[in-house]
Amino acid sequence: MVHSKTGALAVVAALLMSTTAMAQDQRVLKYNADYDPIPLAAMEALIADFEAANPDVDVQLNNFDHEGYKTAIRNFLTADSPDLANWYAGNRMAPFVNAGQFMDVSDVWEANGLGESLASAKASMTIDGKQWGVPYTYYQWGIYYNRDAYKTAGVEVPGPEGVSWDQFLQNCEKFKAAGIDCLTTGSKALWPVAGIFDYLSLRTNGYEWHMELTAGKVEWTDPKVRDVFAQFARLQPYVTANHAAIDWQDAAALMVQGKAANYVMGNFAVGVFREGGMTNENLGFMVFPEITPGIPRAEDAPTDTIHIPTGAQNVEDAKKFLAFVASPDAQTKWNAAVGQLPTNKNSTVPQDDPFLVAGFEMLSTAHALAQFFDRDAPAEMAKAGMEGFQQFLVQPDQLDNILARLEQVRQQVYK
Amino acid sequence: MPRIPGRPVARALFPLVLVALLVWIAQWVLSADIARSVTLGAVAGGLLVYGSAALSAAWRRVSHQPGHPLYPAVIAIGRYWKANQRRLAPWLFLAPGCLMFAVYVIIPIFQSIWISFFDWDGLGEARWIGTANYAEMATDPNMVTSFRNNILWLVLYMLALPAGLLIAIFLNQTIRGIRLYKSLFFFPFVISQVVVGLIFSWFYAPGFGLLYKVIEAVTGQGIAILADPNLVTFGIIAAGLWPQIAYVMILYLTGLNNVAPDQVEAARLDGAKGWRMLWYVILPQLRPATFIAVVVTVIGALRSFDLVSIMTAGGPFGSSRVLSYYMYEQALSEYGYRMGYGAAIAVVLFAIMMIFISGFIWKMWRDETER
Repeated sequence: MVHSKTGALAVVAALLMSTTAMAQDQRVLKYNADYDPIPLAAMEALIADFEAANPDVDVQLNNFDHEGYKTAIRNFLTADSPDLANWYAGNRMAPFVNAGQFMDVSDVWEANGLGESLASAKASMTIDGKQWGVPYTYYQWGIYYNRDAYKTAGVEVPGPEGVSWDQFLQNCEKFKAAGIDCLTTGSKALWPVAGIFDYLSLRTNGYEWHMELTAGKVEWTDPKVRDVFAQFARLQPYVTANHAAIDWQDAAALMVQGKAANYVMGNFAVGVFREGGMTNENLGFMVFPEITPGIPRAEDAPTDTIHIPTGAQNVEDAKKFLAFVASPDAQTKWNAAVGQLPTNKNSTVPQDDPFLVAGFEMLSTAHALAQFFDRDAPAEMAKAGMEGFQQFLVQPDQLDNILARLEQVRQQVYK
Repeated sequence: MPRIPGRPVARALFPLVLVALLVWIAQWVLSADIARSVTLGAVAGGLLVYGSAALSAAWRRVSHQPGHPLYPAVIAIGRYWKANQRRLAPWLFLAPGCLMFAVYVIIPIFQSIWISFFDWDGLGEARWIGTANYAEMATDPNMVTSFRNNILWLVLYMLALPAGLLIAIFLNQTIRGIRLYKSLFFFPFVISQVVVGLIFSWFYAPGFGLLYKVIEAVTGQGIAILADPNLVTFGIIAAGLWPQIAYVMILYLTGLNNVAPDQVEAARLDGAKGWRMLWYVILPQLRPATFIAVVVTVIGALRSFDLVSIMTAGGPFGSSRVLSYYMYEQALSEYGYRMGYGAAIAVVLFAIMMIFISGFIWKMWRDETER
């Protein structure tokens, strides 16, 4: 009896202690996110700023593993909803919006003039004329290159304005003669090849056509799709041969070692290049060359976003937090720490990072921004498409079969 | 008043149950999180123990009070139990197992079949589409690839049997340190499949992999096996065979221990040796081991998910998919969430497995009834 009584006392004591922690006057704001270590530290710093400005709010950040988050979000949105959740713009958020899992936050946009300051990202946050979240960062895609590899192969190093498409392919011929892969990629995880396709498509037929393609309004057997693949075919012989067996980091290693010259990648790869020993001296960046003359230049700029789930308990503070994250100062601070680009046009980027400066310039002068193939197209189409691009790079003679299959999937997906 | 064994237990439990109840109510009021369901579970468990103790105490009390209105019923149940105890006891002992099996195996099978008739992304409304998922499967080229790879797995995985037998016979001798050699041969089975997959993908890796380097040295041109759509499945099966051979070997080693020495002796007197000895004398005695080896190999081949996932994730462009991986891709992966189609694939895989499973069960049943 004595033992059971002490046990009961212990339970009661534990209960009292846990409740006192909750019973303070602070309102809890639960935030589920999927940050890697560096972005996590940057977000914790932002949260500290937010809590300093709003002492009555306690933001509880619950960080998930990046890959695991993609599965977890489907469970916690329905079962145990936080007040804020990370996700992505474009078609990626459509399933949650259509299922009524994300809250309409158009009023936050309205109240804070975000339509103007976040203009470049507004289209990708809009479904049915309403905004469903707030973007806090994006990053540019383009061609990163190794200047040393250019010198080794005796090819003229591109200037800040880049090279023409024909010049690029001629350079590839010289790289091939020198035993260097002109363009490298690691397509084991599929998505890196989608970057190459996106650019070929955006440059060959333009942004509006590319959006129609990813929205399922263009048949994959259309002659204009074949135009894109015709350019792809010109590039195909110069791409790293075993790309299907390696990850994108392995391909980055090839470029760092000078075994490859160019890499169509997102700006997050700069960290990997630098870890491998490249510096601003030998790492170069250029805008993907123009293919069809006169087409307005559009770029890939995947946007990361924060949303309020419909099941949120503390909507008022969640909206306050969204407005805070959308502000120029918060975006300047977070993106400077992480090395990405703020979506707020009134933010600034660190001037000592040539890649961020170039990216900010490139994106702010772009005609339009695509989200990336696997965010613009619905999941099933994206998967089939990326497999098709990968197969084309390995077996270019299979083009007819690939396009027929993609058309079959298109009819299946966009009914 | 007779001694009531249920009482002290119940009395001791009461404060605990009370505290748990209070904790639970407090949690319910203060927060909306997982602690609520955990406490609820604890309360339910406490009530179950407390309730059954109280029930058994009441039962005993009534059985000693002939005047109690429930007395005849209690006595009748007691008599029935006495008469049928031997018949009922096995079922009572089986009941928890059966319950678990039903909840975690049987019911999900029927749920999967049910879901396979819907178009459902796991979030929104499920839409009844009849057999459209199965019709789609018939024209899905990925399905053909997965199916073909599954057959390849089944056929080539059977190589584990002769290979395992060979190693077992080779190791079935008494020399110094044979235990060490046996454990070394058994080692690959102890490693996790994930590690096996990683080791083999490095072995095949272009640029630095051992096999790649060897092929490059011999032919001048390295082959990246995991990037080649025609070789990739063979590469993964080879990785899978490595631990599977070890498994079959251990089965045969234990089988060889039970081979009757007098029969071997008699065969030797009759002049049998080499292949004839193996085929007519040893192998028939290894039949139980062979049966188990076939069963585990077939099942191993059909659930070849982890290696595919680790080594290629189904690639390049889906050429190394198997049904189990395709099911995962469609239903649960980043680009999937077609629960209905995934469930339909699972049903097909289940049907294929049922062919083998019913074959095995039929054989076991036949063996047991013949004896």
